[in-house]
Amino acid sequence: MSGRSRSWLRAALTLLLAAALYEALARSGWFAPALMPTLPKVANALVASLADGTMIGHAASTLYRVLFGLSLAVVAGLPIGILMGRFKAVENFVLPLASALMPIPSLAWVPVFILWFGLGNTVAILIVFYAALFPMLLNAWSGVRAVNPLWLRAAGAMGADENALFWKVIIPGASPFIITGLRQAFLRAWIAVVGAEMLAASDWGLGWVIFDAKEFLNTDLMLASLAVIGAIGFVFERLVFGSLERATVLRWGMVRTAKG
Amino acid sequence: MTETLTLGAPARQGEPRWRVVWRNAFPFLVVGAIWEIVARAGVFPARLFPSLETIAAAFWRLTLNGILPHHALDTVVRLGAGFALAAIAGVAIGIAMGRSRRAEDIFLPLVSIGAPIPGIAYAPLFLLWFGLGNKSAVLLVGFVSAFPIVFNTWTGVKAVKEIWVRSAQAMGADDARLFRHVILPGALPYILTGLRLGLAQAWRILVGVEMLAAVPWGLGWMIFGAREFLNMDVMLSGVAVIAIIGLALEKLVFQRLENFTVVRWGMMT
Repeated sequence: MSGRSRSWLRAALTLLLAAALYEALARSGWFAPALMPTLPKVANALVASLADGTMIGHAASTLYRVLFGLSLAVVAGLPIGILMGRFKAVENFVLPLASALMPIPSLAWVPVFILWFGLGNTVAILIVFYAALFPMLLNAWSGVRAVNPLWLRAAGAMGADENALFWKVIIPGASPFIITGLRQAFLRAWIAVVGAEMLAASDWGLGWVIFDAKEFLNTDLMLASLAVIGAIGFVFERLVFGSLERATVLRWGMVRTAKG
Repeated sequence: MTETLTLGAPARQGEPRWRVVWRNAFPFLVVGAIWEIVARAGVFPARLFPSLETIAAAFWRLTLNGILPHHALDTVVRLGAGFALAAIAGVAIGIAMGRSRRAEDIFLPLVSIGAPIPGIAYAPLFLLWFGLGNKSAVLLVGFVSAFPIVFNTWTGVKAVKEIWVRSAQAMGADDARLFRHVILPGALPYILTGLRLGLAQAWRILVGVEMLAAVPWGLGWMIFGAREFLNMDVMLSGVAVIAIIGLALEKLVFQRLENFTVVRWGMMT
């Protein structure tokens, strides 16, 4: 425990030092104050935008887009991935398409989608969907294929029918991969939504705030939104997916198969 | 981290070659046929949903007059420059973090705070600080792809077995030899994973950065610019080139790199 608190102390010390260094640079006047605001200014911008509710509105619309797109990707990617793992014909059809589309960064589609669907929510949601689909699909596919064939035969020998086999063996067996897929999908989606919001300006959204603040040299607001973006990303990565993992695969003792 | 993916399923034993080709080509034919039917049926305006023939014609025209290759070359050079910066800085910082307690104390909190922010979110900030154009784009790509490289290098150096280090020292290896013959090869699988993730990251945001940073040449900028003129055929040709470059990165760079080093040394099967 003492080693842990020591490393926390060290981390805090480093961050304080870095903040002090930044503050000194910002106050030294080497850079234009508009481009490098002092930390109190950034904190002020953060508090002010939180207090009047604009920042919360921006965060809410970004979250809405991410979660909407991510759910679409899960709804589409999970069944297709599982079918790919179970049926050779599906794999033969989907895999070549997926491997040709996957290397295209989702942001490359933004201008195309803008022309097709107009500026606004639809573009951002579809870009998130595109970004999140492939990690979901591929992880579900490899998860199903990684289920130990011995378990399948054992379950079969004990008289499990197709239905029980699927829900009791394949799904739990593939779950470490599926959760990894969900995690990767969220990370990709989080990058994609910020980029899509910058390019397909739509009045609300954290990416849009940053981009819009650039036009007015509101660097303090930019840094404040960066902090909010980082905080939300951190919360999802650690708290949401971390506890999801603890509640499922860790409790079932499945994690070692995912690593092997 | 199943990022590797062969193009389609590999040949199964005793399967003739033409069947493999056919199996992989078939889905594209189906999707292409559906696209063509929708495009020709006139459900959407032809300007926004061009037929494959129009796209191919645009692709051919732009390739012949050298515009498309120029855009593609600039994108690849930018990717290379940004990634080279990230590789050098990332591996150096990662090794320093793995070997020295003090460097770890300094860098780990900074890296952990920077990592959860998506790289593209820094783009406007970089544009303000370094101006529109190439400098911002390359620096941002480098900055973003450095994170996975630092993390993996650090993990790799830490994962070198203590017993290898001690036995090398017992056999009289000095620091330079220890580093060159034990730590570097031992950490290499992780470093390569980091480089791979970094390059993938760089590729994923580069196109977006090009759109935002108003670089004079580059595929992202070409697609974004063509949107103003409703040149959907040009845009889709650009997306096709992006797909080709992405596939080439996966096939030629990642898979080769792994075969040449780690697999050959027997560090990974």
